[in-house]
Amino acid sequence: MKLAQSPAFRVGLSISIATGLYGVSFGALSVTSGLDFWQTMALSLLLFSGGSQFAFIGVVAGGGSGVAAMSAATLLGMRNGIYGMQLNALLQPRGWRRFAAAHVTIDESTATSTGQTDPAEQRRGFWTAGLGIFVLWNLFTAVGALAGSALGDPKQWGLDGAAVAAFLGLLWPRLKGREPVAIAVVCALATVLAVPFVPAGVPILVAAFVAAVVGWFSHGRSDEGLEPDVDPYAEEHEAARRSGHSPGDAS
Amino acid sequence: MTLWLWLLLSCVLAYAWKLVGYLVPASLLRNPRMSRIAGTMTIGLLASLTVVNTVASGQSLALDARLGALAAAAIALWLRAPFLVVVLAGAGAAAGLRLLGWS
Repeated sequence: MKLAQSPAFRVGLSISIATGLYGVSFGALSVTSGLDFWQTMALSLLLFSGGSQFAFIGVVAGGGSGVAAMSAATLLGMRNGIYGMQLNALLQPRGWRRFAAAHVTIDESTATSTGQTDPAEQRRGFWTAGLGIFVLWNLFTAVGALAGSALGDPKQWGLDGAAVAAFLGLLWPRLKGREPVAIAVVCALATVLAVPFVPAGVPILVAAFVAAVVGWFSHGRSDEGLEPDVDPYAEEHEAARRSGHSPGDAS
Repeated sequence: MTLWLWLLLSCVLAYAWKLVGYLVPASLLRNPRMSRIAGTMTIGLLASLTVVNTVASGQSLALDARLGALAAAAIALWLRAPFLVVVLAGAGAAAGLRLLGWS
């Protein structure tokens, strides 16, 4: 099959553009939270996981310590280990490809791959989304970082409001159903209660602990909260929702 | 300088999580409880980060223009706006409210 005719390749490309573009907001917010250009680029190049990167700068912006920022980012990165396990079973990469695959194992590359049924398409979807997002995310991070440092007073431009919106935007696609909403509300309350009593950054770790306890003792869906920031198959899922069928495979 | 240290350590740990999935035998990891905790923690952390960035000001709570940003972002998400539009709505609301005099 020609690459251009592959549905996974096309989905992978469009998700790369949609996700890559919001690297602009990461870059701009990162430099206005106090990181310099190269620290911002190091996060996009080496850490490369949107949620964790936003978490790191979100803690730093709030006056939290480096340890708290690292802890929040690392706890949020746990789900990538689950994705890695799924993808390893699906794609079975060998040799050096395994180490490259691990680096581009994120929400969107996993969702693009697992949304396909044919093994060759799953492979194409994963690599197209993974490498495509990596290139564009870093490119647009650089653009955002340069623009952000040229802006002057970040508050005047509402960039603290942009950070609020970014986190709500990352949370939103994961609030499907009553249970995730309940978890979010409980963790939000735990955060508000903790803020006056512990150093900045620590309330986020308190909330993570509460969420882990909920996950340990409750018995909901085992893939709850493991939705991508941007759904590669949004159109198919929307059509399935309208017609009343459960979202099946997208191929 | 110490920020660099924690930042690079974060990068190493992030890659370690990713790699664990590929290197550890699936039988050891295929535990529904593990993946459930990964999911609930993702929701909890993002909810907490949203709240902290909205109402925390160091160790005190503050109600300011950031609340307007939260509302604007929620409306944009409700209308199924793309991520970048949501972020711009948040920035616009906060900047606009400040112009009107609400800190």
